[in-house]
Amino acid sequence: MFRFLIGRLFQGMLVLLALYTITFFLAKAMPGEPFTSEKNVSAETKANIRKLYGLDQPLWKQYFVYPKNIITEGSFGISTSKGRPVGDIILQSFPNSLLLGLCSLAFAIAIGVPIGVLSAVRKNSWVDWTCMAIAMIGICVPSFTIGPLLQIYAAAHIPGLKVAGWGNLQDVLLPAFTLGLVSAAYLARLTRGGILEVLSQDFVRTARAKGVSPTKVILKHTLRGGLLPAVAYLGPAFAALISGSFIVETIFQVPGMGQHFVNAATTRDEFLLLGLSLFFGFLIVVMNLLADLLTGFLDPRVRLAGETE
Amino acid sequence: MTDKMSSIPQGSSLWKDARARMAKNRFAMGGLWVIGIMFSLCFVFAWFCPDPNKINLVNKFASSSEEHWFGTDALGRDLFARILYGGQVSILVGLIATAVSVAIGIVYGAVSGFVGGKTDAFMMRIVDTLLAIPFLVLVIVLQATLSDWSGEATKWIVESFGWDKEFTARLTNVVPLFFALGLLGWLTLSRIVRAQVMSIKEREFVEAAVALGYGKTRILFRHVIPNVLGPTVVYSTLTVPGFIMYEAILSFLGLGVESPNSSWGVLIKEGANFLETEIQLLLLPGLFFSLTLFSLNFLGDGLRDALDVKASKD
Repeated sequence: MFRFLIGRLFQGMLVLLALYTITFFLAKAMPGEPFTSEKNVSAETKANIRKLYGLDQPLWKQYFVYPKNIITEGSFGISTSKGRPVGDIILQSFPNSLLLGLCSLAFAIAIGVPIGVLSAVRKNSWVDWTCMAIAMIGICVPSFTIGPLLQIYAAAHIPGLKVAGWGNLQDVLLPAFTLGLVSAAYLARLTRGGILEVLSQDFVRTARAKGVSPTKVILKHTLRGGLLPAVAYLGPAFAALISGSFIVETIFQVPGMGQHFVNAATTRDEFLLLGLSLFFGFLIVVMNLLADLLTGFLDPRVRLAGETE
Repeated sequence: MTDKMSSIPQGSSLWKDARARMAKNRFAMGGLWVIGIMFSLCFVFAWFCPDPNKINLVNKFASSSEEHWFGTDALGRDLFARILYGGQVSILVGLIATAVSVAIGIVYGAVSGFVGGKTDAFMMRIVDTLLAIPFLVLVIVLQATLSDWSGEATKWIVESFGWDKEFTARLTNVVPLFFALGLLGWLTLSRIVRAQVMSIKEREFVEAAVALGYGKTRILFRHVIPNVLGPTVVYSTLTVPGFIMYEAILSFLGLGVESPNSSWGVLIKEGANFLETEIQLLLLPGLFFSLTLFSLNFLGDGLRDALDVKASKD
């Protein structure tokens, strides 16, 4: 267990390092400067600004200074487009994104898993086909079509829901639902596959032969093993939620990290871009680790990589 | 080189079996038909449509008529023509990005699987690391960088080759997308190729090539890679809808295709602005988009099942 954690921690650092290196050099490769929008600034002022942000240093120095500042001072640099520390921007927007992410994950599990189980239990019936067709629709109809449709139909007709904005607690419902649909669809497909595989195993046949009721077979004997693929997907699901949040936050005007990230990419705000990329990467690494631990907990047969035999 | 030329009458080749399995899969065949129709609409029928960029402000938001089948948009442009031309861009992004990622994935995966040992472990570690990074985050950063250069590229092409400026600008707007997606989309493919190569390199014909004294590079490129090409290309059909989706996401965020170019993502984005009164501007492009993705997914699933290509985890 301990060796596994150390190994994964090391791997996580590697991921973040790769992400940082790629993002850093891509941001540096963008033509022009971050301050080109300010008109008629004298060369001297420009040089001063560059110095203030540490952009006058040679490239390799800048490459090392940024991680050093994060570790020693906890500073993610200053956003060139907003003039505020990137750390503040993250701290301010992260709770909104987290709430949105958790709610949509809850939606995804609440919708996806039951549909997958139902579909597996009624394999090759019209119930199964309908469920899987719906899941396919969830994958193929983009959130930027579903989102606007929900805005005009759901928000207009259900009291308490707003078209866009972020103030009351119920404002999270529509964006979270939109965001959760895609993951729900994937979860349904994975759950179906997992349950079907377990159902074909000998111990299930034995349980049935003993006269265990079908419901109990599913709930007590199948679900735990059958959910494994879905649990393993939770890490990638979280990544999908982050990616999806770029869209959903734009549609529903949620003041979260996704919006800032998109803005940073369009305004060439390199510190904001770097800080947010690293933060996203960090979240993914943590979520993947949690998903792995949960898998090991559900299925003791899975030996976590690095564990001694 | 492939063993499809078995001349024994009752023999059945891999491809023949696959075709038979495929023909039985109604979803996949349906998908194939829809894609065929979509292709002919976007790449053949589109030539007979009105100019998709012709602005006619007097006739904006026109409803469906003989002249404009799907009506017109906020600038009086023919919606049907715009959907078809947008489809060209969307489908091309999907196909070319797939081609780029297949090219990288095959070479990378084949080298990794063929060389084996420590090199293989190291190369796969790199893939694992990159796979752990959220794809869209990287794509957005890469696309932002590449598209920032498109202005310079336009200037350079116009000056040195004397191309039409507007045409060049439209081209340099779309081309970065191909690469942003393709350069990052090869990771899963390389794993599949590697798994295939590992099993193929144990086969007798490779042994024969070694016995003949051929060099490693020659064996890899002339004997091993041609044999993994089929299954890989089949599997890659499943990545096409993914790339089309990413194109739409980027365009929706204002990071991808920009007007006057149209793509399905751009059209959905434009349509979302006039949601309350002109919902068809959102629904019709959305319908074409989803239908294509739907069919591509079914087709890809069907092809994969027919050929039984499996992704190896390690």
